[in-house]
Amino acid sequence: MIEALQFEFMRNALIAGLLASIICGIMGTFVVVNRIVFLSGGIAHAAYGGIGLAFYFGWPFLLGTIGFSLAAAMIMAAITLTAKHRADSVIGVIWALGMAFGIILMDITPGYNVDLMSYLFGSILSVPRSDLWIMVGLGLLITALVALYYKNLLAMSYDEEFARIRGVPVKTLYFLLIGMLAVTIVLVIQVVGLILVIALLTIPPLIMEQYAKSLFQMMVGAGIAGALFTVIGLWLSYTCNLTSGASIIMVSGIAYFLSLLISRIRIAIKTRSKQNNGKLKNMSSRS
Amino acid sequence: MNMNHPIVEIRNVSFDYSGEIVLQDVSLDIRQGDFIAMIGPNGGGKTTLLKLILGLLKPNRGTIRVMGEPSRKASHHIGYVPQNVNINRSFPITAMDVVMMGKLEPGRQWKRQTASDRRDAMEALDRMEMAPLADRKIAELSGGQRQRVFIARALVTQPQLLLLDEPTASIDTKGQTDFYKLLKELNQDITILVVCHDLLVISTYAKSMACMNRRLHYHDHNDITGDMLQSMYACTVEEVCPVELVTQFHQNSFDKRVKG
Repeated sequence: MIEALQFEFMRNALIAGLLASIICGIMGTFVVVNRIVFLSGGIAHAAYGGIGLAFYFGWPFLLGTIGFSLAAAMIMAAITLTAKHRADSVIGVIWALGMAFGIILMDITPGYNVDLMSYLFGSILSVPRSDLWIMVGLGLLITALVALYYKNLLAMSYDEEFARIRGVPVKTLYFLLIGMLAVTIVLVIQVVGLILVIALLTIPPLIMEQYAKSLFQMMVGAGIAGALFTVIGLWLSYTCNLTSGASIIMVSGIAYFLSLLISRIRIAIKTRSKQNNGKLKNMSSRS
Repeated sequence: MNMNHPIVEIRNVSFDYSGEIVLQDVSLDIRQGDFIAMIGPNGGGKTTLLKLILGLLKPNRGTIRVMGEPSRKASHHIGYVPQNVNINRSFPITAMDVVMMGKLEPGRQWKRQTASDRRDAMEALDRMEMAPLADRKIAELSGGQRQRVFIARALVTQPQLLLLDEPTASIDTKGQTDFYKLLKELNQDITILVVCHDLLVISTYAKSMACMNRRLHYHDHNDITGDMLQSMYACTVEEVCPVELVTQFHQNSFDKRVKG
């Protein structure tokens, strides 16, 4: 791995992966505790419509994609707030429609053809330096916003009704959260692909949820875990000549199932020792 | 606040969920010092009425004023203990941090949590005998303990009115008696409206009773007599143990369903 770092593309890939891990650690924590994984998937896939628009009209890539994704995300957020029971179906529709829209726009754009695979799995090995700076800026912005609204975001995520009673502007905050999520997803997709975004948004926070005592701990833990998976995944991909995005996801997925297994064993040991204690008590009370 | 004004003033309120009428022409005054027990069948609109008072739902017809203001603006004067305390059980949060949510206030969103806020929260937990478990994750607590944390969260808001939605659902019988004793003690300076199914509680602790089944019937404590309970449940409190009373109650409602 060390010798791999003499290549600039490897260094950039590593930095991009680490930055994506940190950003996804923060936003993914909200995704997991608010149970909006499906909505995140919807945003990520609908973003393809934005990519198509940007190519067709010759707009700057980021402007077109972020604009389109934000619009799609706001529609999804509005539906989640007003018609909860229909939300997942409507998100499914926007998910598919956005993607189809993008593909058709690509079809009718003369001369240029984007590889769908690079959109799905990203091209972490060809991240330009300028994208890294955009990610740094985004990371700082998200950290600042989350720090500023931490108490309110926490109250909304845990108990929306109580938060409303205490005067927390839940609706505005929810749109802000989904907006931040949409921007995050678009920027990170560009670097690591949409499948890796979903993996980084869900797996590290999910693993950390059982150990963390606060959202803050969960964010920090998820950031660190994501970074670890990224480094191991990149190393595997370099040494075994595998696709980098898929390697990172495999590492994360295996880690997730290992953590499930470990927590099962922990619970089993706990209940067994409790039962033993109970037996001992019974025996001593009898004697 | 003007003492003569009721804390909550509900006037001719109707509410429906997409066409299905839940509340019809409900009027009720909750006055300072009241201890109202609200009973009624499932789906009778008890929780809906609480949410209307809190301003979480808007009535289709009629008005609700809290402390003389529209309920949305004044809801922070109300301490609310929801029925389902098991939402988000795996959420990474400690008992202490749940109680600290009660320290959020409109117009105070930017204020940092102070040491005195935490002291208040600890005091509320202590009152519910939960102080030793303050640093435990909410997932590690039992249902009854979680309930106590939620009550502490409502108390720390220093409410004028306490709304509790079936607060003893996950507390054992001994705990329930203690709990209603505590409510009675709190009632010395806080007005209380509690949704419950326990008739014994109503006759022992509550000052008045509201029966909610689409329409609301209000009874002062003096009206809650053996006669009334007899007419409602066809048995008197003195003659039967509470368990029999409850089974009788179920039997009655079962009979009604069969006949209806």
